[in-house]
Amino acid sequence: MSGPAASLFDADRPWRVALAERPGLVVAWTLLVIGAIVMMTPLAYMIGTSFKAPHEVYEINLLPHEPTFENYIFIFEKTRFGLWFVNSVVTSALVTISVLFFDALIGYTLAKFEFRGREFVFIAILSTLMIPTEMLIVPWYVMAKNFGWLNSYWGIMFPGMMTGFGVFLMRQFFMGVPDDYIHAARIDGLSEFKIWWKVAMPLVTPALSALGIFTFLGNWTAFLWPLIVTNDRALYTLPVGLASFSGENLTDWELVMAGATIATLPTLVVFIVFQRYIIRGVVLAGLKG
Amino acid sequence: MRFGETLTIERKLAIQAWIFLAVPIVFFGVIRFYPAFESFAIAFTEWNLLSPPRYAGLSNFSRMLNDPVFWIAFKNTFIYLAVGAPVSLVIAFVVAYYLDQVRFAHGLIRACYFIPHLTSAVAMAWVWRWFYQPPPVGLFNNLLNAVGFDTQPFLRSTFQALPAALAPAIWAGLGFQIVLFMAGLRAIPSSYYEAARIDGAGRWMVLREITLPLLRPTIVFLVVISSIGFLRIFDTVYNMTDNGAGGPLNSTKPLVLYIYETAFRSYQMGYAAAQTIILFLILLVISLIQLRLMRARTN
Repeated sequence: MSGPAASLFDADRPWRVALAERPGLVVAWTLLVIGAIVMMTPLAYMIGTSFKAPHEVYEINLLPHEPTFENYIFIFEKTRFGLWFVNSVVTSALVTISVLFFDALIGYTLAKFEFRGREFVFIAILSTLMIPTEMLIVPWYVMAKNFGWLNSYWGIMFPGMMTGFGVFLMRQFFMGVPDDYIHAARIDGLSEFKIWWKVAMPLVTPALSALGIFTFLGNWTAFLWPLIVTNDRALYTLPVGLASFSGENLTDWELVMAGATIATLPTLVVFIVFQRYIIRGVVLAGLKG
Repeated sequence: MRFGETLTIERKLAIQAWIFLAVPIVFFGVIRFYPAFESFAIAFTEWNLLSPPRYAGLSNFSRMLNDPVFWIAFKNTFIYLAVGAPVSLVIAFVVAYYLDQVRFAHGLIRACYFIPHLTSAVAMAWVWRWFYQPPPVGLFNNLLNAVGFDTQPFLRSTFQALPAALAPAIWAGLGFQIVLFMAGLRAIPSSYYEAARIDGAGRWMVLREITLPLLRPTIVFLVVISSIGFLRIFDTVYNMTDNGAGGPLNSTKPLVLYIYETAFRSYQMGYAAAQTIILFLILLVISLIQLRLMRARTN
């Protein structure tokens, strides 16, 4: 060993492997693990406390001495969390299906058809990314009010049924689909819709899964618009319901934590199941956006 | 004959394309473009939704200039940005830089940093709000007292509330930034590092002369994305302050929360729309700066 610089650049070793053998890295690893534990602390306490009885809530210990399901039983029997959960599942799922269908169809059309005005349509859709949601909420609210969409699933969903970002992403991926496949299918006499659906779509499943996961999570956690468009408690989504319930039960932190856990658990499940797609998807979205 | 044939096929395909695009064009026109223009129009009216909108000229904008609460919200928003973006990016870079080099439990550690990014901001705001409660309720004060420090007011103090509300937003954003930083680090060809080795460059020098300059596209992207995120902060503050009012005494109120209050608590649609125009212009300037910086790179 002749100092860190020498061990860092040992000949014939990839840089990173050499670095991984540096003793200082043990310290770095330990600090990273401590940081990781700190990052998980809020989630751990949220879940731990949701199983605590009221008298245990103010103790520092993470896990309850006498775990109880009482908080969840209360929440599902005495409040509308069950309904809010259903509202969130239905609206998030329907928006996701719509986004996948339409964004893929638009992306495919813009990538694989040649026609006058194609660039214009693409740039127009892309430019919607520059318009912040906050600027649209007042007109959307007025629109929803005039058409009677307040306090309805459609009211919650309509702004997000297609997205500029998804169109951009899908177009990028469809451009990578070889034209030969499409020509061959055309010669076989498939309709244009079937060519898209049966030939092109299966070739872009990685992009579809990434877009689907992020659209679902984005709608699951959406707060500002559902808060505005619903004031009938029966139509709240989970975040709006949780905010309202927590505001009214400010001192019952074990109940608030149980509600927060219900709102969070599905996102954790999605992460655990789709971890690889999600990490790849973030990079994909980030590098291309 | 042959020429005519290809023309009709092209024609047919063009018609097919417009059929596919028909519903989307209506959607983007009606749900995105029209409301955007409508927003500009509403900004020049006085409108409480009960009576028809009344043309008000620039009065909403001049009112903004003299509205102390607007300026407080404006200032708060830029504090969120000016503190949140640098702090989160520095932490994220340091974590990504070292995490990129460790192998043992790499995936698990990465998952721990990333998961908060996916969780519901509303749920997490309530968890943090609970942490900040005075003793014996809140975890932070219990911990402070346990090691002999004084109780802190956190969300009850006009001075501490803003950083306290900012912390969960930083915490939740880290995972996204770390994953992108790591992807950027991976994309740097090892030939650059080999060249540095031949030149006998030290670790610090490699970081400053190779890693950071080559990471520039990632850095520009993340600076812009997180700036936009902090400028639009809403969910956390709404849920961490009493009645979602951005208190105490407006000390945490960001622009989007003030827009929300103006439109949906006091039903002043014109004034709210005028504020959204200002927010739009700020975000537009940031996006244009990004385009400029990205172009400078390719030249």
